[in-house]
Amino acid sequence: MDAAKQVPAGIDLTRPSAARVYDYFLGGAHNYAVDRELAEQIAARTPNIGETMRSNRAFLRRAVRYLVGEGVRQFLDLGSGIPTAGNVHEVAQDAAPDSRVIYVDIDPVAVEHSRAILEGNERTGVLRADVREPDRILADAYALKLLDFGQPVAVLLAGVLHFVPDADDPATIVGTLREAVVDGSYLLISHATADEQPAEVIEAQRLSARTATEIHLRSRSEIAAYFDGFTLVEPGLVFIPEWRPDPDQPADEHPERVGAYAGVGRKD
Amino acid sequence: MSHSTAHALRRFARAWARAIVPIGFVPMSAAELDRRLLALSRSLANAVLAERFVARPGYDAGVALVASHLTDPAVLDATLTVMRAELPAALAANGIGAEELADRVAGLEAALAAGYARALRDTTMAEQERLGRAIVDANASIEKALRDSEARFRAIFAGAAIGIGIADMDGRILQVNSAFADLLGYRVDEMCRLNVTDLTHPDDPPSMWQLYADMVSGARDHVRLDKAYFRKDGGVVWTDLSVSLIRDEAGEPSFTVAMVEDVTDRRMLEQRLRHQALHDPLTGLPNRTLFTDRLAEIFAERAPDARVGLCYLDLDGFKRVNDTLGHDIGDQLLAAVARRLDERLSGPGRLLARMGGDEFVLLVEPSPGAEQVAELAQATLDAVSRPFWVDRHRLRVSVSIGVVDRRVDQTSPADLLKAADVTLYRAKSDGRGRWAMYDAERSAREVARYELAAALPDALDRGDFTLAYQPIVSLDDGAIRGVEALLRWRHPRLGLLLPDEFVALAEETGLIVPLGRWVLETACRQAAAWSEDLPGSEMFVSVNIAAGQAQEPTFVDDVVAALDQTGLDPALLQLELTESAIMDTNGAPLDAMHTLTARGVRTAIDDFGTGYSNLAYLGRLPVQTLKLAGSFIDGLRDADRVDLVHEEIVNTIVRLAHALGLTVTVEGIETQSQADQLRALRCDTAQGWLFARPQSAEEMTALLRSARPDRSTRAVGSRP
Repeated sequence: MDAAKQVPAGIDLTRPSAARVYDYFLGGAHNYAVDRELAEQIAARTPNIGETMRSNRAFLRRAVRYLVGEGVRQFLDLGSGIPTAGNVHEVAQDAAPDSRVIYVDIDPVAVEHSRAILEGNERTGVLRADVREPDRILADAYALKLLDFGQPVAVLLAGVLHFVPDADDPATIVGTLREAVVDGSYLLISHATADEQPAEVIEAQRLSARTATEIHLRSRSEIAAYFDGFTLVEPGLVFIPEWRPDPDQPADEHPERVGAYAGVGRKD
Repeated sequence: MSHSTAHALRRFARAWARAIVPIGFVPMSAAELDRRLLALSRSLANAVLAERFVARPGYDAGVALVASHLTDPAVLDATLTVMRAELPAALAANGIGAEELADRVAGLEAALAAGYARALRDTTMAEQERLGRAIVDANASIEKALRDSEARFRAIFAGAAIGIGIADMDGRILQVNSAFADLLGYRVDEMCRLNVTDLTHPDDPPSMWQLYADMVSGARDHVRLDKAYFRKDGGVVWTDLSVSLIRDEAGEPSFTVAMVEDVTDRRMLEQRLRHQALHDPLTGLPNRTLFTDRLAEIFAERAPDARVGLCYLDLDGFKRVNDTLGHDIGDQLLAAVARRLDERLSGPGRLLARMGGDEFVLLVEPSPGAEQVAELAQATLDAVSRPFWVDRHRLRVSVSIGVVDRRVDQTSPADLLKAADVTLYRAKSDGRGRWAMYDAERSAREVARYELAAALPDALDRGDFTLAYQPIVSLDDGAIRGVEALLRWRHPRLGLLLPDEFVALAEETGLIVPLGRWVLETACRQAAAWSEDLPGSEMFVSVNIAAGQAQEPTFVDDVVAALDQTGLDPALLQLELTESAIMDTNGAPLDAMHTLTARGVRTAIDDFGTGYSNLAYLGRLPVQTLKLAGSFIDGLRDADRVDLVHEEIVNTIVRLAHALGLTVTVEGIETQSQADQLRALRCDTAQGWLFARPQSAEEMTALLRSARPDRSTRAVGSRP
C-alpha cells in the first residue's frame, strides 16, 4: 500500500457528507447546514427518502436482534456512518452484553465521532478504512484482536455497497470478506435499487453525486449475486420493510416505495 | 388507580404511539415504543390525579421523549394534541372536576413542552459539539498522519541510496538529497542553484529533452532512461534516471521528481561484454557476429539501387605456419596480418572482420562498384606481400581473395557469403596469392552441374538412360564389323545429354558403378540378340569403360556377370579404355584387362594419341585395337590440302600397331576422301557420319538386316 494513500484528504466542510446527511434523516443533530440543505433537496424530489433511511436503520435493528438470537456475538459493521441512535452495539449488547462490534467507515469525522461515543466500551472498536480495500480492513481488524475470526462473524453491509461503483468490483470485495469468515458466519446487505421505482429516484441518485459518495442503483439479481457462497435466510432478498417486520407492526402495503432491498445470508 | 382508568390509559398510550410513529425515525420496536409511552402515560396520569398537583412529571416526560430519540419537533405537536384530546377523558372517572382536570392537563402540557424543548436543545448542542470535536479530532489525526507521512518521506529522501531531486516547472532545482549531490560531486546547496538544463551531456539521446518538454507540458507523466552526467570535477557518471511529474489538485503540472541510480559500473561492464561479444579477442577486429549483424542491417534497410561488396580472404598455407612454428607464432602472425589489413583497408563504409581461423572479410557498403572492390582486393594482396616479422621469424604470407559485388535487392546475406566463398576457392584453385571476381555465369554452371549430379540416381532408377549404337565398318569392304555402344541421358528438362556432360559427374558421385553395370548388361544383351538374330555375323559390341569404373574391385565380376547373364560370346565384347584410365593408376585396370583378355574379351585403347602415349608399354598391354582420336582425322579432312605431318603420324601409328599385331580403328570419318586416305594408310576399321550416325537399337537392327543379303562393300552410309 502506497504510504501516501493512507493519509486521508482534509475535511472539506463546504461539501455535504453522506454520513451527516444520513444522520439528519435519522433525526440527529450531527450535521451542518450544507448537509441539511442537500437532504431537503433530495427529500423534496423523493419524499420517501427519509422513510428509506429510517427503514434501513430499522432493518439493521431487526436483523442484529435476529443474528444475536441465532447465536452470533461478533459484528463487523462496514460503512457504519455517524451512529445516531439504534447502533449495532446498542442493539446487540442490549440483547447479549458480550457482543463485540467493529465499526468501519471511510469518513474521518464519522470515525472520530464513533471513537468519542464508544469511549469506555471495551467490546467495540473503530477503524477508518475504505470498503473497497477489504484486505486492509481485515488486516486492521485482526490487529485489533477484538473479534475471533475462528468463530462466526456477522459482516454488515447496510446501505454501503451502493456507494461502490462497478469499476471497483463489489462482488470481489464481498468475496474477500466471505473468504475471511468461517462457516456459520452471516452476511447482511441492504442496497438501493431502481426496481419498481419512479423516475425521480434516478434523479435523486444523480443528486447523490454531490456528496463525496455517489449511489449506484442495482437490480435484485445483481444484489442477490453478492450472496454467492451464502444461503439467504427467510424471507430472502426483499424490499426492506418486508424483512421480518415486527409482529405488532401494521403490514406495509407499498414496501417497494423504500427503493431498497435487504437480505441476510448464512455461510455454510 | 381503577381498573377502568388503567384500561383508558393503555388506549391513550396507543393513540399516542399511532400519532408519533409516522412522524420520524423511531429507533426501537413498536412493542418497545408502546411500553415506553405507557410508562410515560402512567406517570402523567399520576401527576394529574395526585392530591397536590405538581407539573414536574410533564417536564420529565418531555425529556424522556428526547432521550428516546423521538427528536422530530412534530413529535411534540402530536404529543400535545393527543394529551389535550384524550387525556382528560381518560382520567375523567376519578372524582376531579372537569375544570380542574383541564387545568392540570394544561399544566402538564406546558411542562412537557418545556422539558422537551430543553432536552432537545441540550441534545442538539451536545451533538453539534460532539460533531465539532470529532471534526477537530479527525483533522488532528489527518494532520498527524500527514506529519508522519512527511517524516517518513523525509527520512526516505535523506537516507535513500539513490539520488532524488525535485525541480519546478522552470527546471529550477528546488531540493536534492545528499545521495544525488554526492553522485555529481556537488554540495546540496550548490546543486539547488542549478537548473536541470545545466545537467545536459553530449551523450543525451536527442529524444531526451523532447521527453522532458512533454513532461513540462503535462503530455507525459513518466520518463525513464539511461543518462550521463558530468560531475563537478569533470568526470562522467552514468545513471538510470527516472523522472515523474507531480500535478497539483487541479491536475496542472507543478513539480518534477527525478530519481537517479549510479549505473556507471554496470554500463562499463555491459559495454565491455558487448565489445567482447562482437569482437575477436586475438586481433581486436569485429567478429563474425558483428559482421553478420551489419550485413543483416544492410539487407533490412534495402536502400534502392544499393550495392554491397565483399572481399573474402584467407591466408594461403597458414596451417603450415601453425604446424611448423607452433600456434603461438601462428596467432601472432594472424594478429600482425589483421593489424596491417586494418591499417590499409579500414575506412568509412568498410568493415573488416575476422570470420574465424585464418579467414577475414572486408565488407564494403555502399559498394562503389566491382572495380573499386577489386582494387581493394589488390591493395590487400599488396599489403600482405611485405614480409612479417614475428618473434624473430621473417614470414612471407600470401592470401587468396574472393571478390563479390552485388545489388542488395538481387541477393541475400546467405547467397552473398556463399558467392564469396565459392569465389575464394576459385582464387585458390587458380593458384593462390590472387583475387578472383565472382562470376555469376560460372557460378550458375557450377550450380547446374551440382543439380545434374543430384539427378543422376533417380534418372537411372527411372530408366532415363539409353544406348545408341554406331557401326564400326571395315575400310576394305565396308562391312559392319561391330558397333560402339554410346550412352545417352534423356533428361526430362534438358533433353538428350551426351556422356561428356555427365560421366565425370557420375564418376565423382560414384554412380558410375551401377551406371556402368547397366551399360555393360544392356549392350551385351543387345549384342547377344543380334548374334542370335543374324547368325554368323560375328559382330562385336564395343563398350566404353570410364576410368573410375575400371578401378572398381568388382569390375571384372561385373563384366563376367554381364556376359553370363546375356549369354554373349566374350569374343563379341570389346572394352574401350583411354590410355590414362589404363596407365595412370595403381594397376588395377591393367590387371582387370589381363584377366578379361584371358577370358576372350577384346580391349581397345580409346582416343589413342591424346595422352602421353607410352609406346614402350604398348607391346605388353593386353589390347587388340587402337582407336585413333578424331584430332588426327581433322588434318585429313580436306582432300586437296593434306596435312603431311598428320598423315605421317597416322602412317607411323598404323605401321607400329600392325607390327605389334594390333588393329587400328579411326573415328569421326565424315568424307569419302578421308575414308580413301585412311584406307590407303591401311587403317583397318572406321566409324563416323560417313557410314552411319549413332542410332537406336531398333534402327540398328533394321540396318543390319538390310545390309545382310548382299554383303556389299558399301553396305552402309557410303555416299554415291
